[in-house]
Amino acid sequence: MAKVLVVTSGKGGVGKTTSTAALGAALAKTGANVAIVDFDVGLRNLDLVMGAERRVVFDLINVINGDAKLNQALIRDKRIDTLSLLPASQTRDKDALTEDGVDRVIGEMREKFDYILCDSPAGIERGATLAMRHADVAIVTTNPEVSSVRDSDRIIGLLDSKTMKAENDERIDKFLLLTRYDPARAERGEMLKVDDVLEILSIPLLAVVPESQDVLKASNLGMPVTLGSPASIASKAYTDAARRLMGEDVQIQIPTDRRGLFGKIFARKAA
Amino acid sequence: MNLLELFRKKSSAPVARERLQIILAHERAALGNSDLVAQLREEILAVIAKHMPIDHDKVKVAMDRGNEVSLLEVEVELPLHDQQGEPVRLAATG
Repeated sequence: MAKVLVVTSGKGGVGKTTSTAALGAALAKTGANVAIVDFDVGLRNLDLVMGAERRVVFDLINVINGDAKLNQALIRDKRIDTLSLLPASQTRDKDALTEDGVDRVIGEMREKFDYILCDSPAGIERGATLAMRHADVAIVTTNPEVSSVRDSDRIIGLLDSKTMKAENDERIDKFLLLTRYDPARAERGEMLKVDDVLEILSIPLLAVVPESQDVLKASNLGMPVTLGSPASIASKAYTDAARRLMGEDVQIQIPTDRRGLFGKIFARKAA
Repeated sequence: MNLLELFRKKSSAPVARERLQIILAHERAALGNSDLVAQLREEILAVIAKHMPIDHDKVKVAMDRGNEVSLLEVEVELPLHDQQGEPVRLAATG
């Protein structure tokens, strides 16, 4: 049965789009049929992070308005053939998203895909509430930083009240995805620790994605990090997260690239 | 700055953690009731204005959310003279 996931956060710039791309690619690599949907109407970027910006013809709003069929708007990834992207409109604004339209598109997608990942816009307005509306699972993307944690708390409140699951008195699964984490700074007391954020938000942990230079490198190249740098610590975290989302019991660990002197020498030779 | 301060490690994360715990406890409790402070301010001022003229620009309202108790501070400046320069007599006007 299809699963709809929303990648959300409240605050902007914490890594929702990066995480949607990385998780979508990691899920699709297992052979599952995956669609990633950009809900950030007016400020689309998932196409750019996926390297598909020059292939956009139709978008989510076109499908909602009936100007295009879902199949015409979906962009099949060139690297993984089980991964598709439904881009957002760049010229319209969030008012073009209608509740009925989103209901219909997500309903149709549930027939075609195993996983549908919705990349939410920042904020708590229409775009964000429509992105989370159909979700079975929410991935609350948070940086270990006060404003991000506060906004995530607000989003968790919305997930418990504004989603269809909440309206039907069902439970929506919520997971924390802690991104841009620096274990060394946390150890020195300069950054909130994983346990601090978990205690404050009190939702289960999906994964901790360490701060990594490979994330920017991959987005520069239009690659999800799980495809562009599969060996990087960020990819490791996202791949583990994807396995957990598929129901595997994977022990949570924070990947590090701290190696001994020999490790560094060999790594360099290998590269 | 003395030498001790140079060597003492300053941890900012525990401060972040405590501030978050306090503000979120309040925000969760006040959900859907976020204009409570503004409402309190208006009602308190209305009561004072019933008895004496007050200048709405000379009212300070502050909220200090603490771990155990929260403090709502309302500071009202009472004029000694009214706009005509007459001394203000504190008496019921309404």
